[in-house]
Amino acid sequence: MAPGQLSTFLKRGAIWGFIVLELIFFSIAGEFMSLSEKAFMNWDNMLLLLKQSAPLGIIAMGMTLIMVNGNIDLSVGATFALAAIVLLDSMTWPFMAAMGDWAIPFAWMFALLTGVALGAINGFIVWKTGVDAFIVTLGAMLGFRGLVFMYNGEQPTSHLNWTLVDFAEAQFLGLHTATWFLLLVTAAMWWLMNRTVHGRNAYAIGDNREAAVNAGIRVGPHIMINFMIIGFLAALSAVVFYSESGSVNPNDGTLYELWVITAVVLGGTKLTGGSGSIISTFGGVLAIQILRKGLGHIGADTETVNLVIGLILIAVLFLDRQLNVRGKEALRV
Amino acid sequence: MTDKTPALRLENIVKTFPGVRALDGVSFEVLPGEVHALMGENGAGKSTLMKVLGGIHQPNEGRILVGEEPVVMANPLDAKAKGIVFIHQELSLAEELTVAENIYLGELPRKSFGRVDWKTLHARTDEILAQLKVGFDARTVVGTLSIANQQMVEIARALTVDAKAVIFDEPTASLTDAEKVVLFEVIEDLKRQGVGIIYISHRMEEIFRITDRISVLRDGQYRGTLVTAETDEDEVTQLMIGRSLDLSRNESHAELGDVAVEVRGLSCGDLYRDVSFEIRRGEVVGFYGLVGAGRTEIAETLFGLREPSFGQILLDGEEVRLHSPADAIARGISLVPEDRKGQGLVLGMNCRDNMTLPQVDDLKAGPFVAEGAEVAIFDQYRDRLDIRTPGWRQLVGNLSGGNQQKIVIGKWLSMHPTLLIVDEPTRGIDVGSKSEIHKLVRDLAAQGYAVMVISSEMPEVLHVSDRIVAMYHGELIRSFTSDEVTEDNLIQAISGIRPDEKAA
Amino acid sequence: MSEAMQSRPAARTGGLTGAKVGTFLARQGILIAFVLFMVGFTVANERFLEPDNILGVIRSSAILGVMALGVTFVVISGNLDLSVGSLMSFSTIVVLDLHDKLGPALAIPAMFAMTLAIGAVIGFLVGYLRLNSLIVTLGMLSAIHGLTLTYSGGQNMDIADKEGTWFSVFGQGEALGIPVPILIFAALAALLGIVLAKTPFGRKVYAVGGNGTAATFSGIRRARVVFSCYLVSAFCVATAGLIQASRSMGSQNTVGQGMELEVLAAVILGGASLMGGSGTIFKTVIGVLILGFIQNGLLLIGLEFYVQYVVTWIIIILAVWLDVAAKRGRLLSPIA
Repeated sequence: MAPGQLSTFLKRGAIWGFIVLELIFFSIAGEFMSLSEKAFMNWDNMLLLLKQSAPLGIIAMGMTLIMVNGNIDLSVGATFALAAIVLLDSMTWPFMAAMGDWAIPFAWMFALLTGVALGAINGFIVWKTGVDAFIVTLGAMLGFRGLVFMYNGEQPTSHLNWTLVDFAEAQFLGLHTATWFLLLVTAAMWWLMNRTVHGRNAYAIGDNREAAVNAGIRVGPHIMINFMIIGFLAALSAVVFYSESGSVNPNDGTLYELWVITAVVLGGTKLTGGSGSIISTFGGVLAIQILRKGLGHIGADTETVNLVIGLILIAVLFLDRQLNVRGKEALRV
Repeated sequence: MTDKTPALRLENIVKTFPGVRALDGVSFEVLPGEVHALMGENGAGKSTLMKVLGGIHQPNEGRILVGEEPVVMANPLDAKAKGIVFIHQELSLAEELTVAENIYLGELPRKSFGRVDWKTLHARTDEILAQLKVGFDARTVVGTLSIANQQMVEIARALTVDAKAVIFDEPTASLTDAEKVVLFEVIEDLKRQGVGIIYISHRMEEIFRITDRISVLRDGQYRGTLVTAETDEDEVTQLMIGRSLDLSRNESHAELGDVAVEVRGLSCGDLYRDVSFEIRRGEVVGFYGLVGAGRTEIAETLFGLREPSFGQILLDGEEVRLHSPADAIARGISLVPEDRKGQGLVLGMNCRDNMTLPQVDDLKAGPFVAEGAEVAIFDQYRDRLDIRTPGWRQLVGNLSGGNQQKIVIGKWLSMHPTLLIVDEPTRGIDVGSKSEIHKLVRDLAAQGYAVMVISSEMPEVLHVSDRIVAMYHGELIRSFTSDEVTEDNLIQAISGIRPDEKAA
Repeated sequence: MSEAMQSRPAARTGGLTGAKVGTFLARQGILIAFVLFMVGFTVANERFLEPDNILGVIRSSAILGVMALGVTFVVISGNLDLSVGSLMSFSTIVVLDLHDKLGPALAIPAMFAMTLAIGAVIGFLVGYLRLNSLIVTLGMLSAIHGLTLTYSGGQNMDIADKEGTWFSVFGQGEALGIPVPILIFAALAALLGIVLAKTPFGRKVYAVGGNGTAATFSGIRRARVVFSCYLVSAFCVATAGLIQASRSMGSQNTVGQGMELEVLAAVILGGASLMGGSGTIFKTVIGVLILGFIQNGLLLIGLEFYVQYVVTWIIIILAVWLDVAAKRGRLLSPIA
């Protein structure tokens, strides 16, 4: 095995090992501590787990692309909320209401376009001003949230369409609609990042931006497209989630960006760009969701979840550093 | 040769920046199938010329011809499209991607829906790699390759276009001897295919080994072209520096004092092994060798930046363990590092603050930094070292290389160290400042400092050293006094040949 | 390396008047924008410049401002601190809880000690273990939030006897007609401003943020400096938590949620670079006040509080854009 391969293998596989450990732990601990009679590894429980992973998971796929590209997006939570409002509110517009259930695809389209547009704004600013994406999206996080409030004040926006709810609660081949969306997005993003020119360029730009520029890759539009993709996915996540719940509060989606970034980093994507994988991010999303559910299962307070996830994130960072640690004779700077 | 149409011709190129005439009417041509060396000291204008050629800068006057046709290089991509390819000194590869993806970066073959056409990509890449006879394939991840092989990937990139001219910028800087041989074969191949090659290097032996003609730049001006077979190093050097190479040795010997630092059997991993030497007060010891010989690493160990695996460091006869630069500084060791901008200076800070940075804890008036004392120190060393700056408020990043280096030196002199280590003290510095710095090093010895000078330039080592230590691949091969050193025995020593082996 | 330097003299000599004006505008842009806003709001509503209003604005900015002072140290040292919001919730909850158990005289130092201990953990992870500060503080954001919820059992915390304690002085008191939170903010700003600008420690913070390697090569113990910056940050957070607790005498677990980003926005607005090595306490105070006055001005001209978010977004991006544009000498990014 060539040098470096072992640690690469360990890193790529680590998230799945971690998931297995989690499952074993919660299954065993569940036997002794669980409040419910059901086993943790119960089929229905696992299906529910997948479904509940969908809202964060769908956004995390976009965040993987953004972070591989060497950027970050802190505004996804606000984009999520604004797309949700557009989704629910648009169905009450007179011409939409007149269409009956035909309004649904239009409502979806409006919501998704909102996400794409917000992403395009971020991407365009990053491209044209050259301001760091961290700052641009930090600003947008506030700004988009402001738009959310301006839409409907501090009131929740609600609209329940039963056709939509039925669709969202449907199961196909045993999997919930939301799960299907998560799987489809995962597959599509995997395809995008591993099989298309755009995806490979994303790695190249994140890895060595100057080389990519010199090779004639148009970095600006490329970055903008990626922000449009994550905007689209944040909106899609909202579409999936709010089709079922039918009501959105202006503060919904707050701190989503942090959860999403946590999942992506757990999956091993480098903050500096150039490295990361969709499949591992999927693992990261599952790991977080299992942890949430598992801690609930063994009767731990839901509060503990935050504590544990925060500590795990730091532990992962520490382990990653230990795996890459250089020799004793290395320069101490 | 002269009857052929040049593959690439530059005519009367002028490039000015505000206040500087970086290129002053440079004309230069490379014929198909020719290896043409471009030489000049640092600051002579080579890199500006290459940037003009690569479309990064636009010339103010003059024109560029590829074949018979005048062209304008709008950007690097444009240059490549016109058949001008660069093999950069600093590799521009994406390490996480495969060889094939790197070679066709920006031009990945597509199928429908923006998919990568892997089949075509890998077939084409393997074809090119076969030409280069390398031991890796299209699917190898670049990050797992050695530096030499990564350079091969860069070269393979050049072969993807119909290259008219390939420019090699210091290609051997990080290659081993065996790897160099492979590189030279590739250059021969390109030559046979009728590609014009521009070869930029400081290494005379390479220049004389592979090039056909040599063109020289000095101070942004074209100084002439020599046919390699009809000239010698002396002539080239004269052209480059405007006088013959000064290989004079240091004549002034200061009074030697006690042993300031002694190193016994010091080793550090694979970086260097079993190194022993001593430096006395008033003595300048030059460390000469090729890049990677382990000299900088020894300096870093003495400065507390590396943990030695074996051996001892003795200061004034007492063994010390140095865990950090702070330890080393406290013991009177100072280092003027090779990478001035990365390691020597905080470019966004002003001159005064940079100069007093190591002693900022000691210069106190109550709980505050004694700014008056700082200014006094700055003024003292500005006068002593003749640092040209409008004032201490000037940001160090705005100074010239020579003045920046003087700030770093001033920083340490104001600490009155026992041992001053200077690593490549004149790299990237103009000729005038160079000799000032050499004189300064001698003056320091005269004042009783022990000085360790690391340099890859033979004239520099000869000028300033009382003794010269030659290193090769992490081993100390031989130590010379300035009387016994000759150009020949020094070159042999840094190639790993010990005096006894030669005799045998 | 040396090759790359050859054409450098060019970069040094761009002395056109237009460029200088542009640079001046960009450098002082934030102050100019501030003045314009003040003038605009004053014209729109004359109440804006009344002393009462101004004191009110500063008082309501004090908590954010105190936290921004500490984060300024962290940002100048080249790191981020996204955990200050959670940590502020933690300090608030702890001091409220301990108030009734130990009494205010013991509760306050105990809370400071606990907050500083968490700051020390972050400082150790980022400074000594050299872990990425964005991820560490992101993790700590979550972990501290969990810690707070565990501590409080998810309950709101209230002081039982709100009248019978001097604890309210920090948030509600007045001295010389000036609200105590303003006095604390001003005193801390002055103190930390002097520490940053005038002491050896401050100098080292700039050096570590400007070029950490060069700082190490100058004998500065980089890890210790970064560690200390997080301690300063934690101290400021504890002070902010004290003001918050004292002002409200009761609190939810999520009182500081989201403040980390507002704080960072204020620091960036003040002109500190996320790359480290630049920024001052004075500029941060300006950044905080801009945010405060804009919020207040928009309210006074009858707009809802959330319009402020949108305005802040635009201002942050314009401010950083101008700064970046001045450094590169052109308005738009050269990337294709």
